[in-house]
Amino acid sequence: MSDHNTMNLTLHVWRQKGPNAPGKLETYEAKNVSPDMSFLEMIDEVNEDLIKKGVEPIAFDHDCREGICGMCSQVINGVPHGGQDRTTVCQLHMRTFKDGDNIFIEPWRAKAFPIVKDLVVDRSALDTIIQAGGYTSCHTGGVADGNTILIPKPEADYAMDAAECIGCGACVAGCPNGSAMLFTSAKVSQLAVLPQGKVEAATRVNAMTEALQQCGFGNCSNHYECQAACPKGINVKFIAKLNREYLKAVFE
Amino acid sequence: MILDGKCPTGPIEKTWDKHRFDLKLVNPANKRKYKVIVVGTGLAGGAAAASMGELGYQVEAFCYQDSPRRAHSIAAQGGINAAKAYPNDGDSIYRLFYDTIKGGDFRAREADVWRLAQVSNNIIDQCVAQGVPFARDYAGYLDNRSFGGAQVSRTFYARGQTGQQLLLGAYSALSRQIKAGTVKMYNRTEMLDLIVIDGVAKGITIRDLTTGEIRVHMGDAVCLATGGYVNVFYLSTNAMGCSVTANWKAHKKGAFFANPCYTQIHPTCIPQHGEHQSKLTLMSESLRNDGRCWVPKKKEDCGKHPNEVPEEERDYYLERKYPSFGNLAPRDIASRAAKEQCDDGRGVGPGGRGVYLDFATAIKRVGEHTIKERYGNLFEMYEKITDEDAYKRPMRMYPAPHYSMGGLWVDYNLMSNIPGLFVLGEANFSVHGANRLGASALMQGLADGYFVIPYTIGGYLAGIKPGDYSAEHAECKKSVEEVKAGIDKLFSIKGKKTVSEIYRALGKVMWENVGMARSDESLKLALKEIPKLRDEFWNNVNVTGEGGDFNQQLENAGRVADFLEFAELMTKDALVREESCGGHFRVEHQMPDGEAKRNDVDFCHVAAWEFKGVGNEPELHKEPLKFDNVHLAVRSYK
Repeated sequence: MSDHNTMNLTLHVWRQKGPNAPGKLETYEAKNVSPDMSFLEMIDEVNEDLIKKGVEPIAFDHDCREGICGMCSQVINGVPHGGQDRTTVCQLHMRTFKDGDNIFIEPWRAKAFPIVKDLVVDRSALDTIIQAGGYTSCHTGGVADGNTILIPKPEADYAMDAAECIGCGACVAGCPNGSAMLFTSAKVSQLAVLPQGKVEAATRVNAMTEALQQCGFGNCSNHYECQAACPKGINVKFIAKLNREYLKAVFE
Repeated sequence: MILDGKCPTGPIEKTWDKHRFDLKLVNPANKRKYKVIVVGTGLAGGAAAASMGELGYQVEAFCYQDSPRRAHSIAAQGGINAAKAYPNDGDSIYRLFYDTIKGGDFRAREADVWRLAQVSNNIIDQCVAQGVPFARDYAGYLDNRSFGGAQVSRTFYARGQTGQQLLLGAYSALSRQIKAGTVKMYNRTEMLDLIVIDGVAKGITIRDLTTGEIRVHMGDAVCLATGGYVNVFYLSTNAMGCSVTANWKAHKKGAFFANPCYTQIHPTCIPQHGEHQSKLTLMSESLRNDGRCWVPKKKEDCGKHPNEVPEEERDYYLERKYPSFGNLAPRDIASRAAKEQCDDGRGVGPGGRGVYLDFATAIKRVGEHTIKERYGNLFEMYEKITDEDAYKRPMRMYPAPHYSMGGLWVDYNLMSNIPGLFVLGEANFSVHGANRLGASALMQGLADGYFVIPYTIGGYLAGIKPGDYSAEHAECKKSVEEVKAGIDKLFSIKGKKTVSEIYRALGKVMWENVGMARSDESLKLALKEIPKLRDEFWNNVNVTGEGGDFNQQLENAGRVADFLEFAELMTKDALVREESCGGHFRVEHQMPDGEAKRNDVDFCHVAAWEFKGVGNEPELHKEPLKFDNVHLAVRSYK
């Protein structure tokens, strides 16, 4: 609960009809916004207004609205997910804004993420990277008891830290090079540290980094903007881990 | 018609093994001749598509999200049950079976539940092999935690993100098959019709959500793993895109809908804050391990700061009512108890719709640091949403729609009454009875996907000729035309109300009349209101944009149109079921102390409904439930 009063905001929203259509920022007023609303609920209300006025509502990706599915993807005032520490757009609340604010809302911008419409982009390149090797090649059934291979707690925790990635692509949107290195390194690191994933570590890191290049992502030049943008706080130490895994694979 | 679940007979502990042996097999070289369609890529669908692809079937998988990794299974926090008995605390397959039957208030099939308990152990092993980072102790062994409705520790977990990790495990297995070419994945695609040819399911009609294209996909079998329907209440813990649409379209093509009135209202969700709210956020049941539920004893204290209400003026109602399970009473019981307190005028927060979940005692006992370690991410999430610090003042909680135990009727092979149509996970009705225990949804989704459907579908496919379908069939053309006509009709209305306005109104009717407590009167009122809303929708809704384009208004309109039909069936089922059981509470049927009062003489059956046209009376078919291994008893958690 907050005691603030409602506020009026001016939104500048990227509108683009389709992948090849020209886009531009359109200005809309958001009136009587409650500070307890989430950012997406604020846009819902603006959309209801637009529909009543006969304007096509703003298209944006969203689904779980609890910060875990990774579907929501907006650059707010130049920062992916709006810049609140470890927060997705759907968990960003309007109490972090002030009456009279101008808010700029844009889609993820990266060569590998073509725009579908307005704020919606195509992130299938991230799926392609996982398909290249982001798994252990175990079969369904016929595996050993879960306690057969012990995993030291620090390694299980390290794997979990990496596995928290929600695949939203904010790291790519935040990177000046449009690199998906943080995303890729999180999966490489999670599996490389676990005994179940070690077996294929070398082939995996090769396949995934190759896919990374083929999908049109840029290279990593250590800006660390990815870590700052990541709503799950995935650490850039995993990029270092990927580099070590890559080097090991070269010498194998 | 009396339905037959085709459960194997004989000693329960041998049923699944015997059935697996009895099932016909498709030899490896022939598997590639069969095509299987899987709709939905959550735990059930993702695991099914991956496993069947690996077996050699040609699989086509579909999801409405932009990636199969985003299905709402991802949001499950607490954990997954398995009968490993690692903690040496007396657990067994039999006990998990028993707890699930009892937790479901004796409204599930014994054989299905046994199989679930039996394969639960394989799931944990499978996930570990995939690299799912389950919590481990300092010796490197898998760790367990406790959950409601059980007196053993059998819940495996990965921090507060178990669903995410299990889904990413299934997604990685699926990705491997996509790469191998055995699974063809269609993202941003929504199923809008089931194609039934000569009484057999042979395909689906879909809309490509990016281009708006309507087309058919044919196969030898169709698996729906399309989740639950509690978004019929508008506000729920489900994702915004969760809908009854796929199930409802199959229902309209002849699939029976079983026990639609069984919905789970989860006790610990963040209360609603205003009229514009779009969804409710769940806080893991695991919080009840350390949090104590209370409300002020006196109404006049409800407006006070909670820390100013003295200890002796607080009513720890769960501990008072259920001394042996206390704050860990099952979900249906905890939810109703919260509602009772609020109905009594002792609720807290906006509108008096909230109870406190207080960690002060636990913080005093184990320290803030330990509480932070256990639930830090949940406290953080709570603060982001409410702007309140739960270390300093108790959380406010209120029950919210969370899960549907009802779903399409399936037999023991997970096949619906339409041959060739299989239904997996939350989308079917099979194992949770009238109430699901915590950490059992993940277990069921993965059981169905990894360890049931890969076997049972073979039994069906072995009996049919592969590729016995054609996209040129008149039924396919008819289906496409009907889907297109439905979309054109939505655009043609050009009314004054937005889709959301009518959807909110439906949700309000359902929550107030078909929610946590249902009466003859409230249900009859809902049955009057729903058709009115449906009429208003089809005469006065405004759907903007075009069909041949990415159009979220259109997607939403289609889903709401289906909810407006489904809501009526759900309400009818609740009206006909003149008893209280699990999540279905009829105020006319309660014990003197307010507990649910079952009627085993008249209602120990599955109610499976056959569609007879919108607005027409559906036909009720029954499948009697037999309990040979668990004694039918009054459920007690006192």
